[in-house]
Parts: sequence; C-alpha cells; structure tokens
Amino acid sequence: MEGMSTIVKKITQLMAGLIFLYGIYIILHGHLTPGGGFAGGAIIAGAFILLILAFGNSALNLKKEVAGSSNIESVAILMVTILAMMALLFGIKVFFFNFLPKGTPGELLSAGAIPLYNIFIGIEVAGAILTIFLALVIFKEESSK
Amino acid sequence: MELTISIILGFMIIGAIYALHAKDLLSAVIAIGMVGYGLVICFLLLKAPDLAIVQIVVETITLVIMVAVVLDSTRSEIETIPDRRSIVQMILGFIIFAGLFYFFIQAIENLDPLGAHTLRMSEIYVNGAVEKTGSVNLVTGVLFDFRAYDTLGEAVILYTAALGALTLLRMKGKK
Repeated sequence: MEGMSTIVKKITQLMAGLIFLYGIYIILHGHLTPGGGFAGGAIIAGAFILLILAFGNSALNLKKEVAGSSNIESVAILMVTILAMMALLFGIKVFFFNFLPKGTPGELLSAGAIPLYNIFIGIEVAGAILTIFLALVIFKEESSK
Repeated sequence: MELTISIILGFMIIGAIYALHAKDLLSAVIAIGMVGYGLVICFLLLKAPDLAIVQIVVETITLVIMVAVVLDSTRSEIETIPDRRSIVQMILGFIIFAGLFYFFIQAIENLDPLGAHTLRMSEIYVNGAVEKTGSVNLVTGVLFDFRAYDTLGEAVILYTAALGALTLLRMKGKK
C-alpha cells in the first residue's frame, strides 16, 4: 500500500495530532461530559488509521507496530481486571468496588476509580481496533507479493 | 420530534433497500453509510450523545475499511438466476415476515408512547447516582459502577476479536 498525494499527507500531519488530543480529552473527561473509554479509544485508533492510510507502510514499520499494539491492549485489559480486584487489598470482598475517595462531583479528579477504568478501557479499545486494522493491512501486503 | 425521526428512519430504510439492489458494490457501501449516519442523528435527537459519539466514530472506521476492501476486490455484484429453491426460500421469508409483523402489531399496543419510559428498574440508578458513584456523567457511572461486569464483558469481546483476527490473518507471516 503506497501513500497518498502531498496534499493529503500535509493535511494529515496537521490533523492527526488534534484528533489524538481530542480522543485523550474524551477519555479523561469521561466522568464529566458525554463520552468515555469506548468513544475516546475509537477516536485515538482513528487517528492512527488516518496516518497509516495517508502515508502508506513505507514510513511506518507495520509489523513492529502490530506487535506493540497487541501487547499494549493485553496489558490494558489485565490492568482493568487488577483494578477490579484491588478492593480485596482493603478487605472488601466486592468485585468492581469503587475503592478510591469520591471527591467533589464535577471536578476533574473525582468519582474514585472511574477515571482509571476509563483510561485503561480506552487504551484497550484503541489497541484492539488498531490491531484488527493492521492485521488486515499486513495480510493484504503479504498476499499481494 | 417524532415526525423528524420518522423522516430520518424512512431515509435509512430507503438506503438499506438500495444497498441490497445496487449493481455497483461501492454505491452499496455508501448507502449502508447512510443508515449509520441516520442513526447518529436519531441518537442526537433522542438525547443520547454518548451513543452518538461512539456510533459516528465506529461508522467512519467501518466505512473506510469497507471502501478499501471493495476497491481491492471486485466492484460488480455476482448475478444469480432464480431457480425453484430460491422461490421456496422467498415464500418462506414472506410467511415469516407476516408472522413477525402480526406479533409486532400485537406487542406495540402495550408500549408507552415515545419518550415516556417505564422507570421501574432504572429509578434506583437515576435517583442518587451522583452521590453513590461520584460521577456527574450518569452513563459512565452506570457503565463502570453498577454495570461494570457488562463493560468488562464488552472489553473482553473486543480483545478476543483482535486476537482472533491476528491469529487467523498472520498465519502465513509466522511460518
């Protein structure tokens, strides 16, 4: 898969960072405004897919990247389960217990462990969508040789 | 608002029917996109911005992947001549459609009008959820506190799908 024209590459350079930042904003403010881990993760994966489509596989080493993204999503889903069992350390035998202090509702650092769940679910969703896309791209590259 | 949603639903049905009968597969894919983006506007009108964000992002990514697949493979649909077996299947389909439509008419008489929900179960979630979870966004509070098992299941499904795609498609590369 070769890259697209210079106009597309230049616009992608300008836009991809903004899209990535917007995804991080959606994840971090998941407990305050609409959105959350799933939506923000999909937006972050969209930024990566835009870069890969515009620049082709000449600029990026796709096989190294697919190993990285599958490792990152595995670690993220492990972290979600570890967070869910974290309340056992405090002697409360409840799965998915909100063990951190709640804080004042409406502030960025509030809602206990919910922002942490949001962050790890977001990383997991972004990694999973990117892994599926990269697997399809690499399969096409190898079958066309 | 019911009238607007009905018009958008009509457009979505037209898009879905056109996608079935289009000769060019690329225009069929674009017509499927019409269904997805119509659903986004419906979600926004029904005051569900959380769902709308997810739907618009997932719809865009799916559309990009499907357009790439169509451009790489064939663009024309395979022609099939109807024989006796397909006629039997069509008649069976119509019978099942008529039966389901009858039960749909029966069931819709017991429903509340659009927008008036029955709050037997969700009253417990809606009242005092901010004090219980500390999250101002009620949807996130339900997703990661009351219904966290559901969220874990969804994440595990996505993880398994990615692993499956990687295992099936990369078999040649690992050799």
